[in-house]
Amino acid sequence: MKVYLDNAATTRLDPRVLAKMKPYLTDKYANASAIYFPGQQAFLDLRQAKKTVAKILHGEPDNVIFTSGATESNNFIIKGVARANRDTARNKIIISAIEHPCVREAADELKHEGFKVEIVPVNQEGIVEPAALEKLLDKKTILVSVMAVNNEIGTVQDIAALAAIAHRHGAYFHTDAVQAVPYLNLDIQKMAIDFLSLSAHKFYGPKGVGLAYINRKIKIRPLLAGGGQEDGYRSGTYNLPGIVGLAAALELAYRERGVYLKKVRSLRDYLWKKIQKEVPEVRVNGSLTRRSPANLNVMFGYVEGEAILIDLSSKGVCVSTGSACSAADLKSSYVLRSIGLKDHFLNSNIRFSLGRFNTKAEIDYTVNHLRNTVKRLRSFSPIK
Amino acid sequence: MSLNYTKKTIDNFLKPKNIGSIKKPDGYAQIGNMVCGDQLDFFLKVEQGKIKEVKFLSFGCASNIATASVLTEKVKGMTIVQAKKYNWQKIVGELGGLPQQKVHCSVMAVQGLKKAIEDYENRQATEKKSTGEKSIEKKSIGKKSTGKKSARLKK
Repeated sequence: MKVYLDNAATTRLDPRVLAKMKPYLTDKYANASAIYFPGQQAFLDLRQAKKTVAKILHGEPDNVIFTSGATESNNFIIKGVARANRDTARNKIIISAIEHPCVREAADELKHEGFKVEIVPVNQEGIVEPAALEKLLDKKTILVSVMAVNNEIGTVQDIAALAAIAHRHGAYFHTDAVQAVPYLNLDIQKMAIDFLSLSAHKFYGPKGVGLAYINRKIKIRPLLAGGGQEDGYRSGTYNLPGIVGLAAALELAYRERGVYLKKVRSLRDYLWKKIQKEVPEVRVNGSLTRRSPANLNVMFGYVEGEAILIDLSSKGVCVSTGSACSAADLKSSYVLRSIGLKDHFLNSNIRFSLGRFNTKAEIDYTVNHLRNTVKRLRSFSPIK
Repeated sequence: MSLNYTKKTIDNFLKPKNIGSIKKPDGYAQIGNMVCGDQLDFFLKVEQGKIKEVKFLSFGCASNIATASVLTEKVKGMTIVQAKKYNWQKIVGELGGLPQQKVHCSVMAVQGLKKAIEDYENRQATEKKSTGEKSIEKKSIGKKSTGKKSARLKK
């Protein structure tokens, strides 16, 4: 059996999305910047995609800037807003302790440019407390960036509350909402946020396309110099197949949201119940209540995460881990460290992320092998 | 990060050889720690200068387990002198290669084994000394070599 439980890493392209994309890979290949008819038609299709996206986000089509993915969107927004709004009075940005590496690294670049970067901590549940953010805010703060749903532990932040605090101090607010579709209602108006990033392949869309939702009233410097597409905000030929795919995938995700959420939640809860029943000495990382219904991050005492992962992989089950052994830099997960996980438990964690195509039979199969795997590895662990 | 383990590595991870501990080992060592994500414990039984038995316990990733499995399989039956010469490059060769960031696992396994051999040699030295100076035996030998001594006496 093949079981894919790594939907937070990427998802399988929805066949209906592929069908919408196909004409743009074959017949409708014209450059949307060209002024002959097929080019103009492509431009209209681009506009339509922006309208579709804007409707779901309760925003303006003009504020939707298509990018190559969330890494670009986050870099564009964080560096672009910081650099464009820097002056003698304002030179600081704040990010949370559990941001994706693309946010952390972008902030680090700014640090080297002389910006002050502050990290707002999370509590043991993996939540940014509004009071903790308030403490760091001052008149010097240009931008606050806090992710909506964490990629490792799935914890959900109160974006509206955090944005309100940032605004009260005159700072702009960005959220990396990559893991939030369709779990949260991403209403720009209601959340009252300025910037948001999305990536299509996290919600059954194609890879290589994302978006940056911006506030045109706020200065932002482009990341890419070139032909001036996207009103100069993002140069580079419009990726029509990807853009059409993103819009279609986002539309489907929210249209089918109710059924989808119910399904992943019941599977996730079933998975956790079954793990607790079958495998001793386990613990969930991060809040179980303020959490994406698709995410489960579990600590398996006395065994190493990568070993569990590779063993499961040999049985056809795909999961992920934050253990040092699996990381290119051989460092364990900073997200797990930031929620106060003790050193001895940092390398024993597995992330299961569920999705649209999972079934109950797959969960049974997974836990069956998981139980054997953990039992086997514990049998020769020097740590008891 | 790409992680292309060879089939042999996966086989040695899924069915590791020489897993377990030895009750009264002639040599023992622990290397690494679980904070770094890998720890190995080696146990040796030595007879007439040859490794009669070698076992290990692991808290570690697939390659940590696989490298220790291959290493123990290879040095079993070797003389202490031969075993000390066994290097990590040979483990990597045996496995048909290891991913770049996993090579340190083979290095650690070799270091662990060497440490266990050192422990064996230290116990030997202590023992020699103690047989020569029986009167102060209890003072000079630590707790460590008591187990070792009884293990030897059994033989």
